[in-house]
Amino acid sequence: MGEVIVVTSGKGGVGKTTTTANLGTGLAMLGKRVVMVDTDIGLRNLDVVMGLENRIVYDLVDVVEGRCRLKQALIKDKRFENLFLLPANQTKDKTAVNRVQMQELTKKLKEDFEFVLIDCPAGIEMGFRNAIAGAEKALVVTTPEVAAVRDADRIIGLLEAEEMLPPRLIINRVRLDMVKKGDMMDIEDILDILAIDLIGVVPEDEYIIVSTNKGEPAVLEKHSRAGQAYQNISRRLLGEEVPIMDLEASGGLMARIKKLFGWG
Amino acid sequence: MLEFLQRFFARETTTSKMIAKERLRLVLIQDRADLTPGLLQALKEDLIKVISEYLEIDTGGLEVAFNRERDSVALVANIPVLKVKRTLKP
Repeated sequence: MGEVIVVTSGKGGVGKTTTTANLGTGLAMLGKRVVMVDTDIGLRNLDVVMGLENRIVYDLVDVVEGRCRLKQALIKDKRFENLFLLPANQTKDKTAVNRVQMQELTKKLKEDFEFVLIDCPAGIEMGFRNAIAGAEKALVVTTPEVAAVRDADRIIGLLEAEEMLPPRLIINRVRLDMVKKGDMMDIEDILDILAIDLIGVVPEDEYIIVSTNKGEPAVLEKHSRAGQAYQNISRRLLGEEVPIMDLEASGGLMARIKKLFGWG
Repeated sequence: MLEFLQRFFARETTTSKMIAKERLRLVLIQDRADLTPGLLQALKEDLIKVISEYLEIDTGGLEVAFNRERDSVALVANIPVLKVKRTLKP
């Protein structure tokens, strides 16, 4: 029996879909049988981030309304045969699926998969409530910005009222140069405010744009710092103890030289 | 003049992340209070319990709310007093 994990944030644009795609792929790389479910009905994106947009035949709403069998709607990934996507419908709205239907769907999926990752829509309305309905665990994604942290706090409050394990935090798009100048909240500042457990820190990385351009999750690229961070989070999801990435380390050649001489 | 000097020197030490953190701290007090009306109600009931040991109050007219000032948040309670008790508990 697999586990159902929802990836959520409250605020839009902080990296829920990128996180879902990379953790799904990361877990599949570690040999797990994974399905990702896009619940952002009307604004689906997980398919393009994964590079699977041309393979969609059926979607989440078709499954829920009984127009196809669950298996027919699952799209197999191009790279890993143990990784699947259940895409969202693009023409309906968030009312097309209800909480009970989501609970039934996730129950069925976890019989067949070790990990069911739910990509949650932004907001705290019906779409969010449906997405978390069948989840046992939650990952809250935030960035080191006032608006994102505020919304994360709101989401954490709503999640804690549900019957699920305490949510864990992913801090995305951290820029060490700005943190050093005192122009960006650091990990400790954010944990101090939100008071939840941290599961990972993802540095700002231009490669994320390149990876979405290509439809290839960054976790596949060895040299991507964000990709490495996502791989670490994937391993933590399996219960492995992986130290939080040293944002100082590696970087470019200059950064390494500076570090060598103690200038960094 | 003093204020100007304070502001001038503050610029040296107050980084924008400190401002962000302080603003978040204040806004979250407000947000969390809005989120949990149950908590405020429980606080109200406890206040009535404690104050009633010393004063006779109009529990119906009791108001408890968060008041936000420029850089602080205060819990403001408005408690109409009917009678002051002479001794602690009969």
